[in-house]
Amino acid sequence: MIEVKNLVKKFNDFTAVDNISFKVKPGERFALLGPNGAGKSTTIKMLTTLLKPTSGELILNGHNVLKEQDKVRKSFGIVFQDPTVDNDMTAYENMELHAVLYHVPKRELKNRIKQLLDLVELWEKKDILVRNFSGGMRRRLEIARGLLHHPKILFLDEPTVGLDAQTRVLLWNYVNKLAKDKNMTILFTTHYLEEAENNADRIALVDHGKLISIGNLADLLLKTKSKNLEEAYLKMTGTEIRDEKVEPGAVWRERHRARLR
Amino acid sequence: MYQIYILWFRQIKKYFRSKSRIVGAVGQPLLFLLALGYGLGSVYKKAGEGNYLHFLVPGIMAQTVLFSAMFYGAMLIFDRQFGFLKETLVAPVSRLKIMIGGALGGATTATLQGTLVLVIAYIIGFRVAHIYMIFIAILIMFVLATAIAAFSSGLGSFVQDMQGFQAINQFLIFPLYFLSGALYPLTNVPSWLRIIAEFNPISYTVDAMRYALINQTKFGIEKDLIALSLTLIICVLYGVWQFRRIQT
Repeated sequence: MIEVKNLVKKFNDFTAVDNISFKVKPGERFALLGPNGAGKSTTIKMLTTLLKPTSGELILNGHNVLKEQDKVRKSFGIVFQDPTVDNDMTAYENMELHAVLYHVPKRELKNRIKQLLDLVELWEKKDILVRNFSGGMRRRLEIARGLLHHPKILFLDEPTVGLDAQTRVLLWNYVNKLAKDKNMTILFTTHYLEEAENNADRIALVDHGKLISIGNLADLLLKTKSKNLEEAYLKMTGTEIRDEKVEPGAVWRERHRARLR
Repeated sequence: MYQIYILWFRQIKKYFRSKSRIVGAVGQPLLFLLALGYGLGSVYKKAGEGNYLHFLVPGIMAQTVLFSAMFYGAMLIFDRQFGFLKETLVAPVSRLKIMIGGALGGATTATLQGTLVLVIAYIIGFRVAHIYMIFIAILIMFVLATAIAAFSSGLGSFVQDMQGFQAINQFLIFPLYFLSGALYPLTNVPSWLRIIAEFNPISYTVDAMRYALINQTKFGIEKDLIALSLTLIICVLYGVWQFRRIQT
């Protein structure tokens, strides 16, 4: 369903994604883990047509991401890491605009919006301008919007940042249900490792733009002789972070992080 | 089509929700009309040119449309900064439609603002030569607004920060405006200035507006319309070309 082959992205001299390859099967829930600046979001941006790779091949739902952008865009939905809702519109208007852009049939539109706003408990507040929402409410709206059309592939880039435990559980239950009932392929990133433990069929670890390890939870634990994912994660990426801080390049990268994303 | 409509409607809604934009839209041209109209009116009359307010109103309308339509580029930069742009860019809608929907929305609000100036001008004593020509004036404003909104979205696509956008606005649009004959006639100016004015698309818009509203023309309406159409085509092509290249 998702095929990444020798993906490279360079920003001037800095290599954000360094020759990554992996495949995700239909209906699979795939977690992309790694420290900040590892190249997760850059990879997602390239998969979702927002950024052109320096080299490499990307196939989504059988379509070449670089050549068949419109077909690719029809195949996926995404919840971004940063907010992307329009603050000067109401929650309902944000949902409606998204539904129209994604060709949701008109007669289904209202029902689906209600169903999803109910799910994230925002239906009562549907006519309030988003600028008056709290951070958590905006996040919930963003998630509801990402689920509005039923895509074949759903990208979730740190979807649960800033959400309370209740909403996190709600979100993952819904996402797992979608994966199961609609055979939806899920690719997500997160810094809460237990989310990957509980919800991913396979896990890929990236650091410094390179793929370090890939496999299911049992594989990763066995390989690193760890008891849980956090231990395995720290064994594979931990020391390198400490090294990174003394590298001169790390300072530069920290300063330019906003731009690199 | 529905996609273009919803993106167009978004701009309209945002406009009517922003009270400061509406107040500014009324306030600034009013200031120009009063300060310049009354201030320079007597000098203009003494020079034997007639009623300055009549001369000034079409120019101020064109000015309002010009700067309001340029504001669409700023909206695009805000959309990028607040992330909303990404939401539209990953949608299964061609970039052409996204750009057209938004730019038409920006053009519509700019035309509305220009029409509002006409209403204000009427209150302070301006009269058009033929009442039905108002529709022609609105049409001319809409063509200019569409061209400038397309141009500004092209600009907003590659300038990523407000400061840069403002700088270009001031170095490009202000001179075009001042050298367009919107504020004073270009009959007795030095020849270098006249030559610049003749290559300035805004001059032709202002001239066309004068033709429609006070039945005065310097270049002739045919020439005005050709210049306006060319401007529209070039600006739209530029806007589309830049917008398609956006990466975030």
